[in-house]
Amino acid sequence: MRAALFITCLGDTLFPEVGVATVRILERLGVEVDFPLEQTCCGQMHFSSGYGRDLLPLVRRFAAAFTDAPAIVTPSGSCAAMVVAHYPRLARRFGDERLAAEVEAIAARVYELSQFLTDALGVEDVGAHFPHRVTYHASCHATRMIHVGGAPLRLLRAVRGIEVVELPDAATCCGFGGTFSVNNAAMSSAMLTDKISHILATQSEVVTAPDRSCLMHIDGGLRRLNAGVRVMHLAEILAADGDAP
Amino acid sequence: MRPGADGFPRAAAVALADPQLRRNLRRATRTIRGNREAAVAEITDWEGLRDQAAWIKHELLSSLDTHLERLEASVTAAGGRVHWARDGDEACALVGDLMHSRGAREAIKMKSLTTDEIGLDHALELRGITAWETDLAEMIVQLAHDRPSHIVVPAIHMSRGEIRDLFARSFGLPGLTDDPVELTAAARQVMRERFLRAKVGITGANFAVAESGTIVLVESEGNGRMCNTLPPTLISIMGIEKVLPRLVDLTVMLRLLPRSAVGARMSSYVTLFTGVHEGDGPSEFHLILLDNGRTRALADPVGREALRCIRCGACLNACPVYEHVGGHAYQAPYPGPIGSIISPQLAGMHEHPTLPFASSLCGACAEVCPVRIDIPKLLVHLRERVVTETDAESVTERVAMRMLLRTLSDRRRYQAGQRALRLARRPLRSQLARTLPGPLAAWSSVRELPEIPQQTFREWWAARASGGTQ
Ligand code: SF4
Repeated sequence: MRAALFITCLGDTLFPEVGVATVRILERLGVEVDFPLEQTCCGQMHFSSGYGRDLLPLVRRFAAAFTDAPAIVTPSGSCAAMVVAHYPRLARRFGDERLAAEVEAIAARVYELSQFLTDALGVEDVGAHFPHRVTYHASCHATRMIHVGGAPLRLLRAVRGIEVVELPDAATCCGFGGTFSVNNAAMSSAMLTDKISHILATQSEVVTAPDRSCLMHIDGGLRRLNAGVRVMHLAEILAADGDAP
Repeated sequence: MRPGADGFPRAAAVALADPQLRRNLRRATRTIRGNREAAVAEITDWEGLRDQAAWIKHELLSSLDTHLERLEASVTAAGGRVHWARDGDEACALVGDLMHSRGAREAIKMKSLTTDEIGLDHALELRGITAWETDLAEMIVQLAHDRPSHIVVPAIHMSRGEIRDLFARSFGLPGLTDDPVELTAAARQVMRERFLRAKVGITGANFAVAESGTIVLVESEGNGRMCNTLPPTLISIMGIEKVLPRLVDLTVMLRLLPRSAVGARMSSYVTLFTGVHEGDGPSEFHLILLDNGRTRALADPVGREALRCIRCGACLNACPVYEHVGGHAYQAPYPGPIGSIISPQLAGMHEHPTLPFASSLCGACAEVCPVRIDIPKLLVHLRERVVTETDAESVTERVAMRMLLRTLSDRRRYQAGQRALRLARRPLRSQLARTLPGPLAAWSSVRELPEIPQQTFREWWAARASGGTQ
């Protein structure tokens, strides 16, 4: 099985460890991983900020980078959702039917990591060992747009040594929302405060999610408070082999 | 009311600073949310019902004019009179004139969002006419000279204690306790007299059936039924999107509405009335069909989806933003997620440019909407309209977004950008960066910035391919 890694601009630039972990998991499971170098950004931030009509170059770029990939795997629920839910409609809006058909075909092969592991590969035990107390934040777009459902939790529960603690209101937004976090900073931080108090209530060592952008937001708040809880992307836990976090 | 470019964020910050408000909202929205979930779980094919409702409204909106003409014909045939109002002022003037020519100085009013939207109570007051709110919560809001903050639960922002104090003061009952039975008894006393006195009743309409001319009112207290049966003159005001083609459509809508709104299997009072009947109920019936921006919304093929709304309020109760700040922060007649997509469309994008941005796009609203309005999709669409049609987005913001887009559209520029960011590691961590106005300061007010790593993923990948790292 071959798969192309769709790393996302955030993952590429700020959180390379997530991509590294994703590659490790996939290779451990016998997947041959490609990394198309022409990929940059899916345009989610521009799209949700009202610049959708300027996105044609990014949609084209994505299509060109991934058109030959048999499967496209990304460790980000929201970037997967951007491509799956919005690209075909965007392309059609630009009046480019060929591009629309192309991205529709590509979108059908885009998987968020946990979906790829459970649906395409049919595995739940990925051979990880992570002896720590972990809680799971159900990122909004992964949950409501591409419907990852229980896949991340099933993968986590199969990790050796792990103790998974349920997060109260796990599927309530952490308040990030891209530019929302700066345009509506007061609102966003009130939502973050709720999320963090729920995380602390679980007394976990680690909080995880299928999206590093939510975790960037949560981590920003946890570190400000010196809360002593670490954020780790789902991929990092699934790639772990027992070392301390 | 023109909130301007900093409308929602500023009003939200004020609301967030009120801990009592937060407690009231959290309690109430959580309770309704739980009740809704339980009521929805009882229906095996809830999703199918939503599909049907979405389809009914979708079809309706694609030929709204025909259905409205049909409605006008049926209402007229049943002995009612239909008036068309282009905007709120016209509708208010119509009501005022009707009352004036009948020498009526007061009216009893059923809870109606549409009349809130057009500011009817105030417009009538200017003509020396008092419109008494008869819905308990609307009455509370009216007494407090406040504004409704929820479309189904208008006084959701107030606690029982606050209501007790208000009643004690307004009705001269210092010994009143906050026992709900006692509170409603006090209100009932005052309302009874008004019911018996008034010569005009005013209602909204939850639905109006085109084929029969039937108006449908859904409520939980029964006071609305007083308004549409006791006074000799009845005036109902409805937005033109509230029409339904067939009576049978109610079998879908009436199953969805009460469960979505308050988690009830059926509302205590569902009234269907058609025209006038000799010796039974009002002797004259006027139906005002209100546009007030609705045809403008209809002209937007994406935005028109918002006109499917049946005002159940489920999206408000599901919304984490609404739960934190309540309805007043939206500074518009319709708050919450539905308000953010309908208010700018009704009043014009220039009036409410911050509302489409008052959401993290988490999608909790769309999950519960009984008519399947894709609220996040509409929010994004309206954001685009704000950027293209108004000057709410500053030139600096526009330029920054375009420059970033240019960087992201080319691999070489993108990689150069990554290197530049790495050079900015230290300065970004400095105290100065945090205190400069702009996005960094807004972020850093409560959060640390992420560390910028030594190596990007693509650098790691290249190094590994050339045998450098493992
Ligand atoms: S948008 Fe949907 S959920 Fe919100 S009030 Fe309207 S019908 Fe109810």
